Amino acid sequence: MIRHALAVFFLLGLGTVFAGLLLGYSPDTELNLTARYYAENTANDLGAANIVTAIIVTYRGLDTLGEVTVLFLTAAIVALVLAQSRHQPGTPQRVLPPSGELLHTGSRLLVPLIVLFGVYVFVNGHLTPGGGFQGGAIVASSMLLLLLTDPLRRFGHRMIARVESLSGLFYVAIGVLGLVLAGGFLDNRILPLGDFGSLFSAGAIPIIYSLVGLKVGAEFSSMLVNLSETEKPQ
Amino acid sequence: MILVSMAAGFLLILMGLYGALTNRNILRMIVAFTIASTGVNLVLVSVGYLAGRTAPILDAAVPVADAAERIIDPVPQALVLTAIVIGLGITALMLAYAFKLYETKRTLDISKFTELKG
Repeated sequence: MIRHALAVFFLLGLGTVFAGLLLGYSPDTELNLTARYYAENTANDLGAANIVTAIIVTYRGLDTLGEVTVLFLTAAIVALVLAQSRHQPGTPQRVLPPSGELLHTGSRLLVPLIVLFGVYVFVNGHLTPGGGFQGGAIVASSMLLLLLTDPLRRFGHRMIARVESLSGLFYVAIGVLGLVLAGGFLDNRILPLGDFGSLFSAGAIPIIYSLVGLKVGAEFSSMLVNLSETEKPQ
Repeated sequence: MILVSMAAGFLLILMGLYGALTNRNILRMIVAFTIASTGVNLVLVSVGYLAGRTAPILDAAVPVADAAERIIDPVPQALVLTAIVIGLGITALMLAYAFKLYETKRTLDISKFTELKG
């Protein structure tokens, strides 16, 4: 009971701080200096129509590499932690109720469309609100649908690991190419900038974001597969 | 409008922390943490919003020349994109550890885990 009261007390204090922040907040009417730089120079410097993509892939590209590394570490740790809890071959398989005709037929129709949509989202990341992380999550959601339809389905770990490590390798290789051919690590101007607003534009951004999409999709898929292969402890 | 979404974000943070502090079930705590992180993302996005402007994507409606007068701040959006992805990674890790804890003690009640108590 006393812990409950302490929690409420703490939250009241935090709520007061938040209320102070909220009441004292006056929204900007102009872009600040950094945002203004990005707004004015992205189109000419990098040729990307989506400024958020330009920030993530090129201006702060090193941070995104770090983010992808964090995601890789997460997938690796989830696999490591759950490794002993995997279903052992030879022990009886758990019995599950059938998933139903609707889910089966629906997933056969939807999975290719979802994968196509995911690929569209990460290939067009420099033009539309989308990109590698969103597209990768969409691709992994098709994997989730397959696992919902048949929870005992097994996917090839080696295939997933290969897609992930190859796309990561090419990502870093393109970054190093930027160091050699253009202004710095992960510079997108190793390829011509092309016509502003077309699919083949913005230099290496579509390639980098497609690799990020493949990598993120493979990482999310490996997390899903690891979680689904975990068996209830005996 | 900005204040509404910001207040909703702060409210979600408080709700999430309340849930994390008062629940004893580890799974409920994980859900509470994801609610709190959604609140943080909402507050961050609303900080970057400028009234009457549009998304930071240059096209026919937002010509390059007067982009600085037409778009909202792109930096918080890039930040939140990162935060969402990392938040998902944290949730997956928490779930994996919760499973391991369940495997060792056969319970998800956090008050049964007393090994680190002095």
